[in-house]
Amino acid sequence: MADQLDLNTATAAELSAQLAAGQCSSRELTEYFLNRIETLNPAINAVITICRDDALAEADAADRQRAAGNAGPLTGIPLLHKDIFCTAGVRTSCASKMLDNFIPPYDATVVSKLKAAGTVTLGKTNMDEFAMGSSNETSFYGPVMNPWDTECVPGGSSGGSAAAVAAGFAPLSTGTDTGGSIRQPASLCGITGLKPTYGRVSRRGIIAFASSLDQAGPMTHSVDDCALMLNTMAGVDPGDSTSANIEVPDFRAGLSESIKGLRIGLPKEYFSDDLAPDVASRIQVALAELEAEGAILVDIELPHTHQGIATYYVIAPAEASTNLSRYDGVRFGHRCENPTDLQDLYTRSRSEGFGEEVQRRILVGTYVLSSGFYDAYFKQAQQVRRIIHQDFTNAFEQVDVIAGPAAPGTAFKLGAKAADPLAMYMEDVYTLSVNLAGLPGLSLPAGMINGMPIGLQLIGRAFDESTLLRTGHRLQMRTDWHRVAPTLGGHA
Amino acid sequence: MSVTPLDVVQVAQLARLDIPDTDLDSVSARFSRILNMVDDLKTVPTEGVEPMSNPHDMKQRLRADIVTESDQREALQAVAPSVEDGYFLVPRVMD
Repeated sequence: MADQLDLNTATAAELSAQLAAGQCSSRELTEYFLNRIETLNPAINAVITICRDDALAEADAADRQRAAGNAGPLTGIPLLHKDIFCTAGVRTSCASKMLDNFIPPYDATVVSKLKAAGTVTLGKTNMDEFAMGSSNETSFYGPVMNPWDTECVPGGSSGGSAAAVAAGFAPLSTGTDTGGSIRQPASLCGITGLKPTYGRVSRRGIIAFASSLDQAGPMTHSVDDCALMLNTMAGVDPGDSTSANIEVPDFRAGLSESIKGLRIGLPKEYFSDDLAPDVASRIQVALAELEAEGAILVDIELPHTHQGIATYYVIAPAEASTNLSRYDGVRFGHRCENPTDLQDLYTRSRSEGFGEEVQRRILVGTYVLSSGFYDAYFKQAQQVRRIIHQDFTNAFEQVDVIAGPAAPGTAFKLGAKAADPLAMYMEDVYTLSVNLAGLPGLSLPAGMINGMPIGLQLIGRAFDESTLLRTGHRLQMRTDWHRVAPTLGGHA
Repeated sequence: MSVTPLDVVQVAQLARLDIPDTDLDSVSARFSRILNMVDDLKTVPTEGVEPMSNPHDMKQRLRADIVTESDQREALQAVAPSVEDGYFLVPRVMD
């Protein structure tokens, strides 16, 4: 089956064409990826739940649907879901001891939409606990290893989803991004990841971290596959009152159209002396390719980039402390043994169930929301958030797309930043302002530094994912950075 | 801005978390470093700026007040740690 195609790097669009041509079945693809996960995952730890029986049943159903002439572009395509998306009947842990025993009674809207499109769920991916982290080291189930170098982290929080696609465990995965959690691991693992505009994709059934920042998106081998997945994931949902009631275009239409005359802004704050020279030079090479496509590079300013970090680390923990107050040991999740009274039940269940980084963010969030500090921290952060948003609005009066690095460097060694929360928080310096402003951001491979991938980030106007995707697709039409894959100790 | 171990105990109490005494010094030191970083916010003049809680300034959508979902109590309580006769059980609050 599909012998001309390298299944480990094949895009969903390519696999879809093979399925349509009858060159392989969904069952064959599903068995291939399940076997690959079972063989290689122990060295990567990207997948924490494997759904073999369900996946094979879904694959057979997809093959029957195709035989009946009702196949769509995603029918029979295997994928993995980040373990933050509720999946009916399948444990959804958010990589926390708190939810180690949680089996949701319903599917997240994103899951049900992708299921309805005929995708096959191979399993659930590892992540930072409650999506809080940039290295996938805070997981209750242990860290994820980067497939390019298993001594390095894959980034986070969607580190399992990124590593899984890079390792060829599935052509597609879902991720979520609150401050960079799709784009930074995509950069560190050499794959393509899109954080859509806030409100573009329903958050119903996605375990909440920071509700005004969280957004789900696709993680893939190509921009075209991001467009393919977003076509299914996007849209207003009565189950999420913050989902945007705005038209969803066909994101694949016009993907190959020229970007001649497109104005790409380069924020001077992203290309300051703080940016590592080897990263800067890779990004410059990628920008030169876009220039060769006819794009015009324009110097711009995003003056409050640095204050974005402080703003984010007030707003995100504040919203997290509120969202995570639901874990009380009463209705679902971890419950301590033999509570002496109600306070003991709450306090011990939470202290046992949450890991260190989650507890740290709950404490910070509780502090900045507490009486006496609210105005100085939370209100001030919400005001600076508007100023940051205005910076982007001003920039988009001059340009159509903003470009820069997706992360400050390539993947770092496991443990290198684990003891220093502030060093870890700096991993998201180029991504978290995009969440504060609610804009779409695309991370795509821009080549290698010493054998490790680095990503280019493209930022777009609100609800203008189409321009971002077109720009990224034009880059991928003329480069093969998205086509390289790790060797995984000879198992490639 | 720095926090003392006593501040940490008080915040932890509000958050229903228990920080072991042996960790209080390290937790408050890291907490203080985060607050020092966050103090960067104070360099931005914000007088008269409306706080932003939704990046699109979206207003909450309303819907008609009608029942749209059926009762799923059994399915929802199936994942609860302790349930009896349709109620969630907690330790006795009153004697």
